[in-house]
Amino acid sequence: MKNENYFTKGDKTVDPPQTFFHLKGAANIWRIIPFLIAALILIPIAVVFSSVFMPANDVWQHLVETTLLTLLINTFWLALGVLTGSALLGVSLAWFTAVYEFPGSRFFSWALLLPLAIPAYVTAFVVLGLFDYTGPIQTNLRTWLGTELPWFPDLYGRSGVILVMTLAFYPYVYLMARNAFLTQGKRLLEVAQSLGLNQRQGFFKVSLPMARPWIAGGLMLTLMETLADFGTVAIFNYDTFTTAIYKAWFGLFSLPAASQLASLLILIVFVVIIAEQQFRIRMRYAETKRSARVDRIALSGWRSSAVACFAASVLFLAFILPIIQLSIWAIQSLMESFDQRYFEFLFHSVLLSAAATLITCFAALLLVYAARLYSDTTTRIAVRIATIGYALPGAVLAVGIFIPVVWVDDLLNAWWLKLFQVEIGFLIQGTLGVMLIAYMTRFLAVGHYPIDSAMQRITRNIDEAAMGFGLTGWSILRRIHLPILKTGIFTAAALVFVDVMKEMPITLMTRPFGWDTLAVRIFALTSEGEWEHAALPAVTLVMAGLVPIILLMRQTDK
Amino acid sequence: MSTLLKINQIQHCYGNHKTFDDLSFDLQKGEIGCLLGPSGCGKTTVLRCIAGFESLTAGQISLNGVAVSDSHFSLPPEQRRIGMVFQDYALFPHLTVAENIGFGLHRSPTQERKQRVIDMLKTIGLIEAADRYPHELSGGQQQRVALARALAPRPDLLLLDEPFSNLDITLRERLSQEVREILKNQQITAILVTHDQGEAFSVADMIGVMHQGKIMQWDTAYNLYHRPANRFVANFIGQGVFLPGKVLDLGMIEMELGVLSKDIYHHCESDQEICPIGSEVEILIRPDDIVYCPESSTQALITHKAFRGAEILYTLKLASGMTVLSLIPSHHDHAIGEKLGIRLEADHVVIFSKALLTYHSNSQFSAWSE
Repeated sequence: MKNENYFTKGDKTVDPPQTFFHLKGAANIWRIIPFLIAALILIPIAVVFSSVFMPANDVWQHLVETTLLTLLINTFWLALGVLTGSALLGVSLAWFTAVYEFPGSRFFSWALLLPLAIPAYVTAFVVLGLFDYTGPIQTNLRTWLGTELPWFPDLYGRSGVILVMTLAFYPYVYLMARNAFLTQGKRLLEVAQSLGLNQRQGFFKVSLPMARPWIAGGLMLTLMETLADFGTVAIFNYDTFTTAIYKAWFGLFSLPAASQLASLLILIVFVVIIAEQQFRIRMRYAETKRSARVDRIALSGWRSSAVACFAASVLFLAFILPIIQLSIWAIQSLMESFDQRYFEFLFHSVLLSAAATLITCFAALLLVYAARLYSDTTTRIAVRIATIGYALPGAVLAVGIFIPVVWVDDLLNAWWLKLFQVEIGFLIQGTLGVMLIAYMTRFLAVGHYPIDSAMQRITRNIDEAAMGFGLTGWSILRRIHLPILKTGIFTAAALVFVDVMKEMPITLMTRPFGWDTLAVRIFALTSEGEWEHAALPAVTLVMAGLVPIILLMRQTDK
Repeated sequence: MSTLLKINQIQHCYGNHKTFDDLSFDLQKGEIGCLLGPSGCGKTTVLRCIAGFESLTAGQISLNGVAVSDSHFSLPPEQRRIGMVFQDYALFPHLTVAENIGFGLHRSPTQERKQRVIDMLKTIGLIEAADRYPHELSGGQQQRVALARALAPRPDLLLLDEPFSNLDITLRERLSQEVREILKNQQITAILVTHDQGEAFSVADMIGVMHQGKIMQWDTAYNLYHRPANRFVANFIGQGVFLPGKVLDLGMIEMELGVLSKDIYHHCESDQEICPIGSEVEILIRPDDIVYCPESSTQALITHKAFRGAEILYTLKLASGMTVLSLIPSHHDHAIGEKLGIRLEADHVVIFSKALLTYHSNSQFSAWSE
């Protein structure tokens, strides 16, 4: 996560392409590509925004009067709760594993990332199933006590959602903060000590303030995920903007109202995006060299046991317990779930993910090459816009893409009717193509980052050195670029594939009728409380989700 | 003068590997000491033990007569009143220059802290950079800020870990002079760690040459050069060659460049005044011991020359095939392959018993400082 600034390219000259794209006509195409891709993102944003100015219709009026205040309050408390929880868990765990030696510290330093493999909505239904009145915990407590329980925490509510999302999202803060603490190294803490501060004072006066941009960056990612989340809040029946958009569209059948809700959500998201950019810029200034020594301070006695217990219980709650419960359910329901239809869902998921991965990585490669050929300001802005989709909630994108699609469909229909007096029905909406474009806009940043980092390693001098040996055009591409970019492309593909597989709101809202995937299946089953039957698809998603986590772990040092 | 720091037979281990063993030296109040040695000789670890970042496996470190480290006990670094300047300066990137310097004064009242920061900024001549951030400073400026930050809380002892190694050569020389002046003006006791002998000579009063976890000699720069205690120091400090010689009657020594009388040499490795007659010895000849003398009977072949401005360093081959170095004023410019008349002109030389290993004899070496 070191070179996260997309701004600073190796060299900033705007010379005409000196590399292997010598064709004059081709150069112009490369100039346009970033703008075309950026437009794909800007259209849904513009569509959703424009609905702010739409005349208020009845449905919207109804929503404003009945639910809007609740949505705002719910969103506010959810965001506050998840941010607080993730900050506490993420920063403390990052500090312990980066600086101290305690039993299992090496294990925990990578294992604490594992919860990222479980989609939040899976953790959600596992927690609900576990702590339900009929769930194993309450049932066992009742038989053990031989009486009704006088009181049991009610997880169907704000605290439950906050708990689940904190357990699911704290690794973002953990990852960023740990990276910051590791790059600081022990050195600055030693400086603080040589200036008369003890270790605790050193943490609060040096390490924590220095890690602030990273921690804030991690928190902004967490906030984006929280605002974008659909599955978790749907399972908890905790209404936020994403579920309200879904209900307005599929419950009240009002796409305009959904769009107006989406425009409010996008306003909130924009504030977050701007904040995140600011922190990212500050991270660059505060960056220090990674110190060569990674020896950690040994904790002794009760402190080391306390820290180990803390790390273990977080890992247990966020990963081990859900996995155990999922496995039990999956085995129990194996006979019923493991049928023809399971393979159909799996096939749909894999097909969609593979196709989306292909076009996303292709678009990312185009972007990276275009930015390599032209590194002027406008191109760089276009690239940034093109990769902003990671911040847009899937529900917003779904609405923003669907509205213009419906519009084009209607237009085509009208023309056809005028010309041939025949109804052709809808050509575009409800096709996989719409879904794939939505996925690409959402996950382009995920695919762009690893490929872009790999490209940073191919300097212009490398190209020129290759040309000095008489290589040209395609042979440079094949013999120099491809081998260097290979791992970057592979990482990008793995990340996008898994993200699409876990994706819920876009799939749910734009899929062709009856085209169910594993994620959609989980949504359908959990909305009826059938936790056990949702376990097998969930286990499948978790196993896929482990792939990018393993990739990530290989990058972080142990 | 009183002893400020006493290092008594200390030992340190990383796992099973002994970083250093049985290491001792003292430092007087106001004195600047230096640990000089090739990289990997353990000198930085000694510094970290004194600062309290590493613990000892044997021996004792005491400061002002009070033990701060032994094999069972280690006073936390923050309670030692020892300042440290790190090799990479380790300035706090999120604080301004003034905030960096004031960082260690967190217990002083605000007014006093402000005054001290201003004083330190004046001392290092960076008063106008007070509100800048470390990344806006040049390497030399960062170095001075790191020094000021370490000095601000008035530590009893200052430790400098390769403080000039990240700077370019010209800046290195100027800054090392400046640092010495600041330390002397403020009467700071300090220990410097470096692999660069030029740096050690220009900053330190006392220098300890370290090799494989041992201090080979703890002495002044003059004595390290002119009276090396052993072959390693003779090799490591300055340039020179060893020429073979034979002990004659009355303690005189005969060698290719002439006969040495008893009063101009001393034996480094033994206390004996006179070596047994007939025993073989080796004499350390520095480049400045050999002077140009056209009418001399000793004619040597020039095999190599390096122009140094005022002088030329000639590598010369003697009739016996032995090689010597000679520093000759550069207006005596001769080409490689020519013969040059030379003469030994030394007030004092050191001799060693003949080396057991043959490769030591007449091995030409150049110093680390090059």
